[in-house]
Amino acid sequence: MFTNSNLLEFIFGRLSWDSLAFTHEPILLVTFIGVVLGGLAVVGAISYFRLWGYLWNEWFTSVDHKKIGIMYVILSLVMLLRGFADAVMMRTQQAMAFGANEGYLPPSHYDQIFTAHGVIMIFFFAMPIVTGVMNFVVPLQIGARDVSFPFLNNFSFWMTAAGAAIIMLSLFVGEFARTGWLAYPPLSGADYSPGVGVDYYIWGLQVAGVGTTLSGINLIATIVKMRAPGMTMMKMPIFTWTSLCTNVLIVASFPILTATLVLLTLDRYAGTNFFTNDLGGNPMMYVNLIWIWGHPEVYILILPAFGIFSEIVSTFSGKRLFGYASMVYATVVITILSYLVWLHHFFTMGSGASVNAFFGITTMIISIPTGAKIFNWLFTMYRGRIRYEVPMLWTIGFMVTFVIGGMTGVMLAVPPADFVLHNSLFLIAHFHNVIIGGVVFGLLAGVNFWFPKAFGYKLDPFWGKMSFWFWLIGFYFAFMPLYVLGLMGVTRRVNHFEDPSLQIWFVIAAFGAFLIALGIGSFLIQLVVSYLKREELRDLTGDPWNARTLEWSTSSPPPEYNYAFTPVIHDHDSWYDMKRRGYVRPLEGFKPIHMPKGTGTGVILSGLSVAFAVGMIWYMWWLAALAFLGIIVVSIAHTFNYKRDYYIPAETVVETENARTKQLAEQA
Amino acid sequence: MSSHPQAPAQESAHNTHHGHSHGHEAAHGSFKSYMTGFVLAVILTAIPFWLVMADVLDNKALTAGIVMAFAAVQVVVHMVYFLHMNSKSEGGWTMLAMIFTIVIVVIALSGSLWVMHHLNTNMMPMNPEMMKNMP
Repeated sequence: MFTNSNLLEFIFGRLSWDSLAFTHEPILLVTFIGVVLGGLAVVGAISYFRLWGYLWNEWFTSVDHKKIGIMYVILSLVMLLRGFADAVMMRTQQAMAFGANEGYLPPSHYDQIFTAHGVIMIFFFAMPIVTGVMNFVVPLQIGARDVSFPFLNNFSFWMTAAGAAIIMLSLFVGEFARTGWLAYPPLSGADYSPGVGVDYYIWGLQVAGVGTTLSGINLIATIVKMRAPGMTMMKMPIFTWTSLCTNVLIVASFPILTATLVLLTLDRYAGTNFFTNDLGGNPMMYVNLIWIWGHPEVYILILPAFGIFSEIVSTFSGKRLFGYASMVYATVVITILSYLVWLHHFFTMGSGASVNAFFGITTMIISIPTGAKIFNWLFTMYRGRIRYEVPMLWTIGFMVTFVIGGMTGVMLAVPPADFVLHNSLFLIAHFHNVIIGGVVFGLLAGVNFWFPKAFGYKLDPFWGKMSFWFWLIGFYFAFMPLYVLGLMGVTRRVNHFEDPSLQIWFVIAAFGAFLIALGIGSFLIQLVVSYLKREELRDLTGDPWNARTLEWSTSSPPPEYNYAFTPVIHDHDSWYDMKRRGYVRPLEGFKPIHMPKGTGTGVILSGLSVAFAVGMIWYMWWLAALAFLGIIVVSIAHTFNYKRDYYIPAETVVETENARTKQLAEQA
Repeated sequence: MSSHPQAPAQESAHNTHHGHSHGHEAAHGSFKSYMTGFVLAVILTAIPFWLVMADVLDNKALTAGIVMAFAAVQVVVHMVYFLHMNSKSEGGWTMLAMIFTIVIVVIALSGSLWVMHHLNTNMMPMNPEMMKNMP
């Protein structure tokens, strides 16, 4: 029979009162109290205003690509705050922990923070915001009414949210990995990381990875199959092109991450020896495999940003994009080449001269199409009528910053130089330079650019400019000192320094982080101020920027069905082309529109996935088994749900379109 | 390509995402093709398993090579019989997807082998015994 402790172990696995680490860690305790109070306030407000039904019916269960896109962006912004809080804590620690001063973060906590920062910023800020913007914009740009698989889209979002929830849970229950964001073995193996930290990492990423892969498949199918008539491949808007390439990369590379993490899981749970030090295991194979995923991942993030910049540059310069075809080919070449450079992440592991030379050269080659893009944007601006609105400011800030990041990247691509710079703060400065200067600037530009399309009013330009300048200047303050420190040989992931002469650089970097905090704060203020001034900023035309691609031809926000009639495309700047040829909106002949119906299955599966992950992480096998069974049953049951579609009656379409006609007439 | 001006894109796409409506031309495979795929998959799994479990070949590297070759063929079998990739369906898109997949698989496998071979060759001796055998 079970004794009492056996029973407890069966029910709770590894979980015990000691796992609630925050009770004896003041920083975590305060955070926990803040989260609880904040959470209660949000729940209270939603209940008070009776919004649960609205949220559930209109958002959580919605399969509308626009709403799912917006939910992705909201998730990413919440996670940005978490990831940035980690960044500020690291910067503060490094600015003070010199000599006798130990700082305020013990190594075990500090190590969790830098791991969480990396994981959250890449997987739960950058990935969701990229996916969110693609989700929102792509179907509109190609003249479709939704994505190819609307339910799958909702499910993908909720799996990403589930992954984020698992990572957030580790903040208070147990601990997070202390391994760095890629969890290299043997450190991440069972011998050196026996706790739950790495398991949180594995299951958080695996659950979110399901969502990412499925959303990649979904968007590829959408772009390949659902373009409006006349939109041949070479007439697709450039953002759609970069989205297509990004999703191809996602579908081809995320399975490699999944497989690698499965092998690590087997090492940790089943005692296999894929990546152990002995019994035939080889940790270097993990490093090799994870970077075969990891390098394409970099391009997964940056390609959509390139697409956003392309749209913005041509819109705000009032010109066709210079070199559309070369832009497309550059994107495709980057897609292929991104699979041929992964070894530059571990030149120093000792593959020898021939291997390092090959990967060094491929890495330098990949900078050629990227450089071609920069020239395309410059030539688009050349002799253009440039309007310095907020999205354009981000674009120019990107071009300057990204070129610096690109050049330090080419420096790191030289294997002998890499032996000096590897694992130093120079590397940290480099990849923050390209990720902040490229991805973050790009997505913030995109949010400013497409916000009026999503909500019907523009974002306030004053606070947008404040946000831009704080971000830009803050970035240089925060990361230029790291280049200097890196060249002096300071390595990454260190939480205490002896040499006091280095301190000034860390203080400058911390000041930069403070400026970036003001930038993020300004962005949040921008959202609030814009909401308050929404009548003043209202966009009634649907085309507030005098833009060029198809999404600006419909109203802002677009009706649920996006387009009452599928448009016919003649040129790659199709809306500009339509405006030029005096396009007239069809005013009659509306038909009922066939649309997909919302479902709660995605939310349920996501909840079950969290339960499954928690069961696996804490060795509560009964919970994992039940949750897994639940996932299978719910998935099969969902295939019998035949009530998946409905018709928007013609009268509703007529009503919506007439309202828009009236609105446009009042404008004129 | 999508340039064909027939029925609005939305309608055909709609059919694609609803399992219960079968109004489109994409290949679905027959019982026979699924069985062929299944039998091939079983054979391609059983042979490597047998090679390893029964220690058929003396040469370990050769065994590993054969196992990998079978795995690569297995990937293609899955794509052809379960994912219905061929040169005709979807206007060549599935063929393109297959070629791309093969390119990626070849890069990942050959690249990893090449990299890991060099890493092993350049590895420092781990114990005195290996030290003795150094050239």
